[in-house]
Amino acid sequence: MDVRKKLEILADAAKYDASCSSSGGKRKASKEGLGSVEGMGICHSYTPDGRCVSLLKILLTNFCIYDCQYCINRISSDTARARFTPAEVVQLTLDFYKRNYIEGLFLSSGVIKSPDYTMEQLIEVARTLREVHGFQGYIHLKAVPGASKELIDEAGRHADRLSANIELPTEGDLKKLAPEKSFAVTGETMKEISTRVEQAKAEREESPKAPKFAPAGQSTQMIVGATPTPDAAILDTASRLYTRFKLKRVYYSAYSPIPLVDARLPAKSPPLVREHRLYQADWLLRFYGFRVDELAPPEHPDLSLELDPKLAWALRRRESFPVDVNRAPRESLLRVPGMGVRTVDRLLRIRRWHRITLADLARLRVPLTRVKPFIVTADHRPTLLLDSSRLVEKVKPAPTQLSLFTAAQEARSGEL
Amino acid sequence: MRVEVADLTSFREAARGLLVRGVSPDQVLFSEERERQSSLLTVDAPPRSAPVAGLSVPPAFLDLAERVACHRAPERWGSLYRVLWRLTHGERKLLEVVSDEDVYRLHTLAKAVQRDAHKMKAFVRFRKVEREGEEYFIAWHRPDHLIVRHVAPFFARRFPSMRWSILTPDASVSWDLEKLSYGPGVPRSEAPEGDALEEMWSTYYASTFNPARLNVRAMRAEMPQKHWATLPEARLIPELVRGAPERTARMVRPRIEVSDASLYLPEHRDLASLARAAQGCKACPLHERATRTVFGEGPVGARVMLVGEQPGDTEDREGRPFIGPAGQLLDDVLAQVGLNRQELYVTNAVKHFGWMGDEKQRLHAKPGRREVLACKAWLEAEVAQVKPRMIVCLGATAAQSFLGPGFRINLSRGQVFETPWAPAWMATFHPSALLRMPDERARAQARSHFEADLRKVAETVRAAME
Ligand code: SF4
Ligand code: SF4
Repeated sequence: MDVRKKLEILADAAKYDASCSSSGGKRKASKEGLGSVEGMGICHSYTPDGRCVSLLKILLTNFCIYDCQYCINRISSDTARARFTPAEVVQLTLDFYKRNYIEGLFLSSGVIKSPDYTMEQLIEVARTLREVHGFQGYIHLKAVPGASKELIDEAGRHADRLSANIELPTEGDLKKLAPEKSFAVTGETMKEISTRVEQAKAEREESPKAPKFAPAGQSTQMIVGATPTPDAAILDTASRLYTRFKLKRVYYSAYSPIPLVDARLPAKSPPLVREHRLYQADWLLRFYGFRVDELAPPEHPDLSLELDPKLAWALRRRESFPVDVNRAPRESLLRVPGMGVRTVDRLLRIRRWHRITLADLARLRVPLTRVKPFIVTADHRPTLLLDSSRLVEKVKPAPTQLSLFTAAQEARSGEL
Repeated sequence: MRVEVADLTSFREAARGLLVRGVSPDQVLFSEERERQSSLLTVDAPPRSAPVAGLSVPPAFLDLAERVACHRAPERWGSLYRVLWRLTHGERKLLEVVSDEDVYRLHTLAKAVQRDAHKMKAFVRFRKVEREGEEYFIAWHRPDHLIVRHVAPFFARRFPSMRWSILTPDASVSWDLEKLSYGPGVPRSEAPEGDALEEMWSTYYASTFNPARLNVRAMRAEMPQKHWATLPEARLIPELVRGAPERTARMVRPRIEVSDASLYLPEHRDLASLARAAQGCKACPLHERATRTVFGEGPVGARVMLVGEQPGDTEDREGRPFIGPAGQLLDDVLAQVGLNRQELYVTNAVKHFGWMGDEKQRLHAKPGRREVLACKAWLEAEVAQVKPRMIVCLGATAAQSFLGPGFRINLSRGQVFETPWAPAWMATFHPSALLRMPDERARAQARSHFEADLRKVAETVRAAME
């Protein structure tokens, strides 16, 4: 099979993985080497599904000895199979990088023979790129849950980011659809990564020459909508992962219908809006000081598809408003729907020098109709009573604004 | 006063002179200095000035000015000077008030430049050419603003070991492994066409796209159409978009495996007609050695449909499902959990007895994937007629007939799923597996699992009735 055919099969098999960004790392180019990583990732192209192409995202092979029911590569699926040699992946990465098509490589793989054997193959690619070719671009390797500590350690020396996938939001979901997997085994691998990341950071503080370990940290992916598990449980798992293993990101991937699917799975994907609502809620957890039970309380365990999670929270908690933009502390301003972290930090600086008016907000591109009922400025007090039944209608974004794209943008920038 | 400015350096010199002489922003008009084009208007001698002691501006201003200077808008110099004036006339903290109109204007200009620079870093596509045995990488790109000098160092850091040039209509830049050198603009026609890798890249681009998530608007917003001309992969977009619904449909629709028995299905699909027609089925070789077709039994509208694997020796002789030793065990457990066999529909995944050995000792032979698939049309026809609330598969063969060869009894036994065939679907052991288990303890345990599963069936059906 020629490399082009393999690329077709093994890129196709990798397209269900949501994580693809290359941000967060830093790697200086060397005179003889190739590539650099400068903080913010660059998207080199966009596919018609609106997703960015930043990395060469492929599988080393789509053979897999496991049988996860949501996955096209599971052993019982009769999809076309292929396997790259590590040398082929190295060559493709270099060729693409030199033409400025990509920021680097995101390499994953089906589990072949054993987790250790698979991990060794992934490492071989990263090691060759770094040591033989002086490659300084971004490398994200999949950490195969259950691989030995030594291999995880070696992977982290070459990779910018490692990710072990949690796959599904609850242990019960895993039992049902991915019986060979467990939170315990994946958790072990995550813990090993986070320990080593912390350790390497400490060592580098002592001596800047100490080797790096996955400088862009670790992430994970969770498939949503393959089981009836509500958003509250999904966010619960995510927030536990953030605190326990210091994850950089949890990627939510709306379950995507795959060919020849097991009939126990839904034949249609859940609305993509749900995926974006989860990203929004995830931001609120990490950067806005919200708790899971505020965003998805027991009586509403699923996020609203119509309203973004912050707006939905504000409407449930009208007594906390209006908030005075010229006086309120940062934490309260962050809870105003329509005002993001960037806006709030700017407002805090501006108000030291003059009294904030609606015109200031307009220039900061704050969506005024949405925000006005919730705030007080130098020239405005909400006239629409917060308990008016028309409030929801008034502040709800117009249907066109609620397009996936806006949602995705908000999710990325965190401006909610 | 009229002042001509060519770039950031000349602006800084001029602005210093103006500030020293106390010229306020409304007294001065900046214009672009044009090469080889003598202006007919008289221009005031530029009041250039060297750095002046005591005249300092925040570093943030210089950073902002560097980006604003790359913008094409002619009024950028005036805007910069206005902010500079205010910074040096009592408003030292002005830059912190980002909502101030003048500051806001500069930020808008800078943001446009930054976005353009980001797109240049992203959308430059090098093409490899050979010149006198040396590899060169050449790209043609069309930025909105005058950003070549601003962005070039980025490419030098990233591709230090390659010889490369980036050509744009306004300027060009080359790297010779040592230093950057700048030159005049170059028309697109002078840039090389094509690179052998572009086909590979296009293959990647097409494969990594998930048609189930088509979202052309998002793509356009991030990848403005004006750049498409120089992106090799953009040629594929129209075709990918057009083909997406069809590809998605193919992904969602399970692949249709034709069951050979469908050729024998009668025109009328009531249970009696089906049972009669099945007697003549020759869709797979199993009919050759079997006595007769053993079809399902039970009332239309039965709430529970039990599906076994295949008739055994006794069933083959008598022509009825589940009447041998396994059927006995099944009846016992059904009675125990309060289900009445007469109210159930009982059938098998495969309708003919398959056996090895000779007539004296007919040894059961497990049906293969081929026979199960061949016979599936009968099973589906039965499901369509009976419309059970719950399907209970006894053993892996029956379960796999529905869910494919990946299904494992020991992993999913006893769980109730919603399926396209019935609102509730469950798989459990086959009763003959309980009879065959050699280890007594394992047998007892399996039996209690089996009972628990059937009890769950009884409860599920009862709950549905209430
Ligand atoms: S282990 Fe990974 S590749 Fe293998 S079946 Fe499970 S999800 Fe798919
Ligand atoms: S086993 Fe099924 S498919 Fe094969 S001949 Fe008998 S009825 Fe037809």
